[in-house]
Amino acid sequence: MEEESDTRKINNSFLRDHNYATEADIISTVEFNSTGELLATGDKGGRVVVFQREQESKTQPHRRGEYNVYSTFQSHEPEFDYLKSLEIEEKINKIKWLPQQNAAYFLLSTNDKTVKLWKISERDKRPEGYNLKDEDGRIRDPSTITSLRVPVLQPMDLMVEATARRVFSNAHTYHINSISVNSDLQTYISTDDLRVNLWNLEITDRSFNIVDIKPANMEELTEVITSAEFHPQHCHTFAYSSSKGSIRLCDMRQAALCDRHSKYFEEPEDPSTRSFFSEIISSISDVKFSHNGRYLMTRDYLTVKVWDLQMENKPLETYQVHDYLRGKLCSLYENDCIFDKFECVWNGSDSVIMTGSYNNFFRMFDRNTKRDVTLEASRENSKPRAILKPRKVCVGGKRRKDEISVDSLDFSKKILHTTWHPQENIIAVAATNNLYIFQDKVN
Amino acid sequence: MFLKGIKRKFSEPGEEPVSSGEQAPATSPAASRTLSSSYSLQRQSLLDMSLIKLQLCHMLVEPNLCRSVLIANTVRQIQEEMTQDGTWQMMTQALAAAQCPADRLVATEVLCRQTDAATQAGQSPKPMSSASYLEADEDHLSADSRTGEKVFGTFEIKHPVPPPDPGLEELFSDVDPSYYDLDTVLTGTPKMGPYDLLESGGLQSCLMDLNELDHIIEILVKS
Repeated sequence: MEEESDTRKINNSFLRDHNYATEADIISTVEFNSTGELLATGDKGGRVVVFQREQESKTQPHRRGEYNVYSTFQSHEPEFDYLKSLEIEEKINKIKWLPQQNAAYFLLSTNDKTVKLWKISERDKRPEGYNLKDEDGRIRDPSTITSLRVPVLQPMDLMVEATARRVFSNAHTYHINSISVNSDLQTYISTDDLRVNLWNLEITDRSFNIVDIKPANMEELTEVITSAEFHPQHCHTFAYSSSKGSIRLCDMRQAALCDRHSKYFEEPEDPSTRSFFSEIISSISDVKFSHNGRYLMTRDYLTVKVWDLQMENKPLETYQVHDYLRGKLCSLYENDCIFDKFECVWNGSDSVIMTGSYNNFFRMFDRNTKRDVTLEASRENSKPRAILKPRKVCVGGKRRKDEISVDSLDFSKKILHTTWHPQENIIAVAATNNLYIFQDKVN
Repeated sequence: MFLKGIKRKFSEPGEEPVSSGEQAPATSPAASRTLSSSYSLQRQSLLDMSLIKLQLCHMLVEPNLCRSVLIANTVRQIQEEMTQDGTWQMMTQALAAAQCPADRLVATEVLCRQTDAATQAGQSPKPMSSASYLEADEDHLSADSRTGEKVFGTFEIKHPVPPPDPGLEELFSDVDPSYYDLDTVLTGTPKMGPYDLLESGGLQSCLMDLNELDHIIEILVKS
C-alpha cells in the first residue's frame, strides 16, 4: 500500500501536556465517553483526569469546542498484598465509560487487580440555614436555638465531585488487562491473563467466572488471554484474543462456563516468513468490535487486521503498521519492545482505523480508499491549530528530505493508547506523559 | 560480550562468521563443527538471551505472564529445533565429556540423564523431546525447592571464559546500546552457557510459584 501524503488534514486544535515528567505521569489509558463530551485518561500514578468539551460558541463559530480539565481524582492507590508479599501497582490499566443515564457520569477504572465504579457529578447549589449546625458545620449550642428555620439551597460555584460507588476486588489472581461494559448496561467483564469474570454493576462481592484457560499444571501453560470485549449490541456475545494470535467468540447462552467458543478466528501461518519470533509477533495486543458489530479488529505487533464475524479462516483486511521493523525483531526482542501492547480504535463510522507505533508515530488506515497515513504526535510540530504533516519512514537506500530512517526511530517514544470520538473526527493520542487531541481541519 | 558503543558490521544470515574457529575450549570438535554456522550461533545466543530473560522473570514475584509465556514458548521452539538437528544432544554430550568439577556434573546431570543411559546401553542417543526435558527439569527443581535451596543466583564459571562470541555480536550489531537493559546482567556475570540456566528452571519454577500461590489464594477466598 502506498503512503499518501495528503489523505487527511488533521488540525491540531489543542495540546495539553504536563511539563513535569515522572513515571507516575505516564498516561496508561485514554477513552472518550459514548457522546464524546468527555474524555478520560488514566496514568501510572493511579490518577484519572476527565476532560470536558467546551460548549460551541456562537460568536466564534470557527472555534470548535476544546477539551478542558473537568475533574481529577485518585482512582487507585498502591497497595500491598500480604499473602504474596507483593506490591500492587496503582497504574490504571483501562477506563470504560458507562452510557449516560442521568445527570451524573459513571466510569469503570481498573488496575492489575481491582475494578472501581466512579460517579462524577456536578454540584452548583448548597443547602444553607441548618437549625442544629452553623455555616461551618459545627453543632450549635442547643440553648441558643430559639427559632425553627427552613434550610434553603443557595447557588454556589460549580463543583465536580468524583466518588467511588463500587469496588470490585478479590476476583483476579493475575493481571487485569481489559474491562468491557455490556450493552445490557447491567453487567461487565473483567479479564486477566487466564480468566474472564462477569460482574453485575450493583454487586461487588460476587462475580462469575465465564472463561478459565488455566491448566491444572501451570507447566503446560503456553497461551494467555490478552484482551476481551463485549459485542456492542448482542449482550450474550463477547470475544477474547490470545497470545497465540487467535480470537474466540463466545456465546453466554450456550453454557455458564464459556470454555467452548462458538467461533474461532485464526489466520494460518505464512511459512515463508516463519521465524523464532513468529509467535511473539502474532500475539494479539488488542481486540475491538466495530460500532456496527459486524467486524472485529485486532492488533498484533506488526499489523492491524479486520475480521468479518462471518469468516473465521482469515482476516478480511490486513494493514501493515510498521513492516520496516520486521528485520529488527531480534533487537526488539532483546530490548523487550516486541512485548509492547499497542491498542487500536475505529472511527465513528467504522471506515477508518487508527493504531500507534514508535517514535511518537501513529497510523490511520482508510478502509474504503485503502489509503494510509503516518502522523506524529510531538510538541515540536504541534503548535495549536497547526496542520499535521504526514511522516514517512525510509527503508534502506537513499533517504529523502523529510524522511526518517528506520535506524533513527526512537523506540522509547511509543503511542500505545489512542481513542476516537464516537461521532466526529476528533482523536486523542497518549504519548508518554502528553495527551494530544487532534481534530479535522475546520474550514 | 556486549560492549557499549561499538559499531559492528551486520552480517547477513547464512554468512560465515568472521572467526568460526573460536569456540569454548571445552567443546568437542563435533560440536564446534555444528556450532560454527552463523545460524547455529544466532540460535544459541537467542536461546541464551531467552533463558536470561526467563531468569529475570523468575526474580519477580509476579512477572508479566504474557511475556514469560511467549519467551518460554520461544525457548521450547529453539530446543525442539536443536533436538531435531542433533545440536542439543551434541551440546549435552560435549558437556558430559568436558572436564568438570564434580559439583558441576551434578548440576548437568538432569540434562544428560537420558543420553547417558542410552550411551551406556550401547545405543545411539535418542533425541530428547521437549517434554522430557521439562519433566526432568521439573523433577530436579522440585527436589531442589523442597530442600529449601534457592538455585537461583548460583552462577559459576563452568569453563574458562570463552572469547567473544562472533555470532552473538553480529546478531545484536544493530542494537542501540542506550536501551540495553540486559547489559548489566551480562557484564556482571561470567559468560553463561544454557546449562547454568536450565538447571534453575526459569519459567517453570516461577510459574510453579504462581500456581501454588494461586491455589492458596483460591482456598482462602473460598473459605
